[in-house]
Amino acid sequence: MTEQNEYPESGRVPARVIGTPPADAPIEEHDPIHVPAGVEGVIPQDPVKVRKAERMVAFLFLITFLAGAAFIAAYVIFQVGTIDKTAASNYALGGTLALALLSLGAGVTVWVRQIMPKYNLVQERHLMASDGDTREYVKETFLQGADESGFVKHRLLRRTLLLAAAPLGLAPLVLLKDLGPLPGTSLRHTVWGEPMKGGKPRRLVVEGTGQPIRAADFNSPGGILSVVPEGYEEDLNALAKATLILLKFRPEEIKSGTNKNWTIDGIVAYSKICTHVGCPAALYEQTTHHILCPCHQSTFDAADGAKVIFGPAARPLPQLPLGIDEEGYLVAKSDFKVPVGPSFWERGDAEAEVREKA
Amino acid sequence: MNSITARRRHPLARVAVVALALGLLGGGYALAAPNGSTADAAIASGKADDAAEGKSLFVAHCASCHGLNAEGTSKAPTLIGVGAAAVDFQVSSGRMPAADAGPQAPRKPRPEWATDQAVDQLSAYVQSLGGGPARPAEEQVNPALGDPAKGGELFRANCIQCHNFVGAGGALTYGKYAPSLNPATPTQIYEAMVTGPQAMPVFNDSTITPEQKRDMIAYITHVRSQVDPGGSGLGRIGPVTEGLVAWVVGLSLLVLASIWITAKKRRAQA
Repeated sequence: MTEQNEYPESGRVPARVIGTPPADAPIEEHDPIHVPAGVEGVIPQDPVKVRKAERMVAFLFLITFLAGAAFIAAYVIFQVGTIDKTAASNYALGGTLALALLSLGAGVTVWVRQIMPKYNLVQERHLMASDGDTREYVKETFLQGADESGFVKHRLLRRTLLLAAAPLGLAPLVLLKDLGPLPGTSLRHTVWGEPMKGGKPRRLVVEGTGQPIRAADFNSPGGILSVVPEGYEEDLNALAKATLILLKFRPEEIKSGTNKNWTIDGIVAYSKICTHVGCPAALYEQTTHHILCPCHQSTFDAADGAKVIFGPAARPLPQLPLGIDEEGYLVAKSDFKVPVGPSFWERGDAEAEVREKA
Repeated sequence: MNSITARRRHPLARVAVVALALGLLGGGYALAAPNGSTADAAIASGKADDAAEGKSLFVAHCASCHGLNAEGTSKAPTLIGVGAAAVDFQVSSGRMPAADAGPQAPRKPRPEWATDQAVDQLSAYVQSLGGGPARPAEEQVNPALGDPAKGGELFRANCIQCHNFVGAGGALTYGKYAPSLNPATPTQIYEAMVTGPQAMPVFNDSTITPEQKRDMIAYITHVRSQVDPGGSGLGRIGPVTEGLVAWVVGLSLLVLASIWITAKKRRAQA
């Protein structure tokens, strides 16, 4: 072997390629039994190993045959219909076909590796560029073609062709318009800010049932409800921003981060939309008052204005100002004072703006 | 025996021995572990006054943490006012008595003394201390009377964030977790909603009505019976995760196969 002494001066050993034997592995000696004429450097396989491999390959091919036959049998036997029968058919067809292909592949691989002879090949590398004559010939052909087409001579044809192609070149740019229109101020507002007909404030209703919530009924500390705006129970575009979680605290548990003017008797409403990338964050632990977002583990302290205590979210979950109507039902006093959900370019420091106004 | 001796230096022999030892250990434990199904004769006889019997059970098994009169200690909260539903949930699911002070009490086999009757008596005693949510009646939790479709809507709005779409459970903060709902009985599911065990929030009857709770129980028990026609559902954590597993496991196998196929053996020149 030549590569063992490739770096004799420095004594450096090239890094071992994974899957190859280490540099100091013993060199296997083989008796050349049968060398095909005309091929240089052929190393035939050890005949004992060849016979062993032959049996192995034959066994694998036999498995392929049996599995293939079983596949056809399974196709006939297992009829689809009910979910159980379909499942049985899936398992049988997939299992037998996988086994057939796997054993066929394994058999061929063992055949190639352990039965076919081995020899070293030397492949020459060639220069990338063509030689000068070839390049000159291509250039002449190109110029001749351009001349014969009349592209240079017929000015009218050339100009109208360029004119015709220009709109096609712009077509991809026009398609970019589908990325718009710009959202305007819609990211800053939710439907909570729109009063009902007759100027009544909008009620909070239970998601899934649409029942309005009487403040006196939501009276178990440690309670949580997923809440949507009345009139928009099925409007997914509106709900994507407006869904709330409603929490019930013992009033003494509420810390200074929460705006107490916006709570009703220990009931607090926060946006359900995580301020990181907008997932529904509603894993609420009543013992610690943590709200967890399952996607990236942003954790908010619900008792303290939903401020971020862990994770990638940059700002608290917005709190909704809660009120109560004359029938005792919970209503939204106004929209969220800051935009809900993840950041966007024009958002700025919305929390600071609100603080300045206050 | 000879064939085993001959193969004892085989590269896979170590793996086989470890697997065998683990199997014996696990099987042995399963046989030797107490299963707590035998009735306690002393408790079975005292049927006369449930609350009084419950108090003696409480003093024997619960008072060391919760205080002699259930007033609570530094180790455990007071039980006055938690109600019978909370006691039935915690003791019948094996969570109480708690094994140790981990982040959360796990579901485990009940201790031997905690027979159905003992749980009844304990519940009656704690209920007598100061009210609280009572245990639901049979027809309140009967899944056959509920509407799984309506229950599914409520379940998706209020429960899946922690318990997964089909109640397979999930992770929470600081070592806590939402358990799988599969081992829970309909009664336990109802009790968990009204009492809010461990970190779970409360869903009281005035905002989620008993009928709606029964619908949710119907949904939970219904999805348990679904099968996964395509193969393993991996706890039905969703197609993204299942795809990820397929990629990681499948690609690893392909990489290993290609390493094996392309491995070059060093040969002497002929």
